[in-house]
Amino acid sequence: MSKYFLRQTLILIPVLAGISAVLFTILALAPGDPFEELATNPNVPAEVRMNLRAKFGLDDPIPIRYARWVVAMVRGDWGFSFVSRVNVDTLIMQRLPVTMVVLGSALVLAIVVAVPIGTLSALRPYSLFDQAATTFAFIGFSLPTFFTGLLFILLFSIHLDWLPFIYRADISATGWRWYWEHLRQSIMPVAVLGLFQAASMTRFMRAAVLDVIRLDYVNTARAKGLSEGVTLVKHVVRNALIPVVTLVALQIPGIFGGAIVTEQIFRVPGIGSLLIASILANDTPVVMAVTFVFSCLVLLSNLAADLLYGWLDPRISYR
Amino acid sequence: MATRGASEAVFAVSAAADATPSLWLEAGRRFRRHHLAMVGSVILISMVVAVLTGPLVWRQPINEIDFKAKLKGPSWSHPLGTDDLGQDLLARMLYGGRISLAVGIAAMLIAISIGTTIGATSGFVGGKLDNTLMRITDMFLSLPGLPLLLLIVYLFRDTLRKTLGPEAGIFILIVAVIGGLRWMPVARLVRAQFLSLREKEFVEAARSLGAPAFRQMFRHLLPNSMGPVLVAATIDVAAAIIAESTLSFLGLGFPPDIPTWGRILFDAKDNLDFAPHWAIFPGTAIFLTVLSINYIGDALRDALDPRKVLGR
Repeated sequence: MSKYFLRQTLILIPVLAGISAVLFTILALAPGDPFEELATNPNVPAEVRMNLRAKFGLDDPIPIRYARWVVAMVRGDWGFSFVSRVNVDTLIMQRLPVTMVVLGSALVLAIVVAVPIGTLSALRPYSLFDQAATTFAFIGFSLPTFFTGLLFILLFSIHLDWLPFIYRADISATGWRWYWEHLRQSIMPVAVLGLFQAASMTRFMRAAVLDVIRLDYVNTARAKGLSEGVTLVKHVVRNALIPVVTLVALQIPGIFGGAIVTEQIFRVPGIGSLLIASILANDTPVVMAVTFVFSCLVLLSNLAADLLYGWLDPRISYR
Repeated sequence: MATRGASEAVFAVSAAADATPSLWLEAGRRFRRHHLAMVGSVILISMVVAVLTGPLVWRQPINEIDFKAKLKGPSWSHPLGTDDLGQDLLARMLYGGRISLAVGIAAMLIAISIGTTIGATSGFVGGKLDNTLMRITDMFLSLPGLPLLLLIVYLFRDTLRKTLGPEAGIFILIVAVIGGLRWMPVARLVRAQFLSLREKEFVEAARSLGAPAFRQMFRHLLPNSMGPVLVAATIDVAAAIIAESTLSFLGLGFPPDIPTWGRILFDAKDNLDFAPHWAIFPGTAIFLTVLSINYIGDALRDALDPRKVLGR
C-alpha cells in the first residue's frame, strides 16, 4: 500500500509541472501588461516604466520567467494582491478553510443521499421507487447550481423566511448559538452543491450495483447464509463503489466549478468568491494563485480517489 | 435462466431473419420507445423553432426602456413580464436563447472535432504518439474547468472585444474556450473505439484487400465509431449551455446588451424578492433545454448500443 501511495504521489509531480506550465503560458500569451496603468499615467516617465519592467524581469524569455515563477511559488512567495495589499498566500489561507468545509459537507451529503438511493434503485429496477429516483436524478443534474441556488433563496429565505441567504463569517454569538447560526447559514450552500453531486452519483451507483448484483460471488454469499444486510454492504456495495469512485473523480473539476457558483450566490467567503472578486478587480496575482490552488485541489482529490480505489480493490495496490 | 437465454437466442435468430433494413432505422425505432426522450425532443424542437422564428413574430424590441412598466409580472402586453428597465422579457429571452443555443452547438462542434482528431490519430497511429497524446489528454482532464475558463476569459476578453467587436469577440472566445476544455472524453472514446475496431475482421479484410490508411480510417473506422461520439455530442451541448450560462451568471460572459439566459439571471438575482418571474423564466428555459438534451442523450445511448439490440 505504501509503495502504491508513493507511486501515485510521484505521478502527480509531472502533472503538476504540466498544469503550471499551461497556466503560465496562458498568462504569458495574454495581452495586457501589469504596468499598463503606469503607461497611461502622465506622471510616470517611460524610463521608469521600462526600469520597472527590467527589474521584475518582464522582458526575459518565457522559459526563464516560468522557471523564476516556479521557484518563487515553491518557496512560498506568491506575491501580493494589487487590491488589498496583502500577501496572496495569507489571503488564500484565510479563505481556504471555508471552501473546504462547505465542499466536504456537500460531498458527505451527496454520499449519504446517493449510495443508499442508488443501491435500492438497483435492487428493484423499474419499480416505482426506481423510476422516482431516476426522475429526480435527471432533474437534479439538469438543474444548474446557479438556478437551484436562486430557487432555494426564493423558497426558504424570501417565501418561508427560514434560512438566511447571506453567509457571514463574523457571527458574534458564542457557544451553542454560534454553532447553530453557522449550521443554519450553511444548509443552503451545502444542499445546493451536495444534491447536484448526489444526482449523478445516484445514477453511477445504480448502474454499478446492477452490474455487480448478478455476479456469482453474490449468489455464493447468499447461499452460504449471510444475512441480506451483510451481503449488500460488504459484498455488493463495496465492489460497486470501485467504478463509482473513478467516475466521481472525473467529475471533481466540475464540482469545484459548482463551488465557485454557490459561493458567489450565497456570498460564502471562500476562495471561489475570492476568484470572482479578484477577476472583477483585475487583481492578476490573486487570480493566478487561486487558479493554481484549484488545480492543486483537483490533483489532491484525484490522489485521494486513487488511494480509496486501492483500498476498495486491494488487487490494484499490489500490481 | 437457461430457458430465458434460449428464448433470447431464438429471438435473436428471428430478429436477424427479419433483416432489419438498416442499423439507423433500428436505432430510430428504439429511440422512439423512450417516451421521455420523445417529450424532450418535442420541447427542444419547439425551443429551437421559437428562438428562430419568435423574434419575427413577437416584434417587441429587446432594449426599449420603459420605466412605467418596470418589474411588472406577466401580462398580455408582456407575457413574461419586464425587467428593472421595463424591457420586455419575452423578446429578450427569444433573442438570448439564440445565443445560448448557438454557443452550445458551436462549442460542441469544436469539442467533437478536436476530440475525434486526437482520439483517431492516437488510436490509428499508436506507439509513442499515442502515449504522448494520451498523457496530454490526462493532463487536460485534471485541469480545473471553470477556474481556468474564468482565467482565460479574464485575460483575453478586452483584446478580442477590441479586435472583433463586443458580440463576435466574446462569442468566439467563449465558444473556443468551452470547446477547448471539453474534448478529452471524446478523444478517449474515439481512441478506445479505434483500438477495438482495428482488430475486427471487416477492417482486417479491408486491410488485406489493400485499402490505404485513408480509406480504412474514413470508410471503416470513423463511421463505425460514431455512435458513442453522437451521445457525447448531445451531452456536450447541454454542458456547453450550462458553462456559458454560468459564465454569464457570474458576470463574466456576454455583456448586458446581449441577453443570454444566464445573463438575464445575473441581472435578475438581486431583485428576487420583488420580481421572482424575472429569474424563474430564464432559469426554467435553461433547465428545460438541458433536461431535454439529457433525456435525448440517454435514449440515444440505449438506441445506439449494439449490445442492446435484443433487449427492450
